[in-house]
Amino acid sequence: MIPTETEFFNALTERHGADLQKKITSAKVAVCGLGGLGSNIAIALARAGIGRLHIIDFDKVDVSNLNRQQYSAEQVGIYKTVAMTANLKAINPYCRIIPETVRLDENNIPEILGDDDIICEAFDKPEAKAVLVNTVLEKFPEKYIVSGSGMAGLNSANTITTRQVMKKFYLCGDGISDVSDGTGLFLSRVMVCAGHQANMILRIIAGNLNV
Amino acid sequence: MITVNGEKLEFSGNISGLLEILEYNGKRVAVELNENIVPKTEYDSTILSDGDKLEIVRFVGGG
Repeated sequence: MIPTETEFFNALTERHGADLQKKITSAKVAVCGLGGLGSNIAIALARAGIGRLHIIDFDKVDVSNLNRQQYSAEQVGIYKTVAMTANLKAINPYCRIIPETVRLDENNIPEILGDDDIICEAFDKPEAKAVLVNTVLEKFPEKYIVSGSGMAGLNSANTITTRQVMKKFYLCGDGISDVSDGTGLFLSRVMVCAGHQANMILRIIAGNLNV
Repeated sequence: MITVNGEKLEFSGNISGLLEILEYNGKRVAVELNENIVPKTEYDSTILSDGDKLEIVRFVGGG
C-alpha cells in the first residue's frame, strides 16, 4: 500500500528533523541531463523529499545507457524525462516533478532555468557542461550551480572530491578522467560523483555552503 | 605577474592568449577573473594586468 503524503512527510521529518525537512521540501532544484550522473542525482534528491525537481534532457533511453543509468530495460526507446518521471514517482509519489524534453543552449537556458534555485549540471559532453555553467554564472549570479567533471574509468573512487571553485560554483569529480580516453563509464564511480553532487546540493539547501 | 589557479605566472596578453599558452580548450572552460565570471565573448577583449587573479575550470567528458 502506498503511504499517504502525510505519512511520507512525517517519516522524512522524523529522520531529517523538522527544520531541515522544511527546507528540503521547499527547495527548487533543476537537474540538467538525465544520464549516469543526473538519473542518480535525481533519485537521491527525490528520496530526500525535495519539493520541486525540474528534470531536463533531450534524449531517449538507449541500451548502452543501462550499465549506469537508472532506467529499466523496458524503458529503452522512450524519452529519459518520461522514464525518469515514472521512476521518481514510483519512489516518491509526492515529489513535484517538472520534466522538460529539450536541449539546453545559451539561448534557452535563461528562460528554462529562471525559477530554479540550485542548478545541477549533469551533462556528458564537456562543451555542453561549459555552456551551462558559464550561462548560469553570467545570467543568474544569485543561483548556485553544482557540476560534475571527471568520473570515467575505474581509477580510485577516493580521487573524486567536491571543490568550491567559485563563490556559487561547486565542482565534483577528479577533474581529469575523460570518457574520450576510452576507459568507459561505470556506475560504481559515476555514482560516487553523483553522490558528491547530490550531497552538495542538500548541503546548500541546509545552509552549509562549505564543501 | 598574475595568479592562475593559485600559481604565480608571468604573462601579458588577453584571456584567449593565456588559455592557448596553458593548453586549455576555450570551449571547455569557465574563467573567473578577480571573482567575476568572464563571458566567453570577452576572452579576446579582456587584457590581463599585473596582480589579476584567475580561476580556470576545465571540463572533461562523461556523465
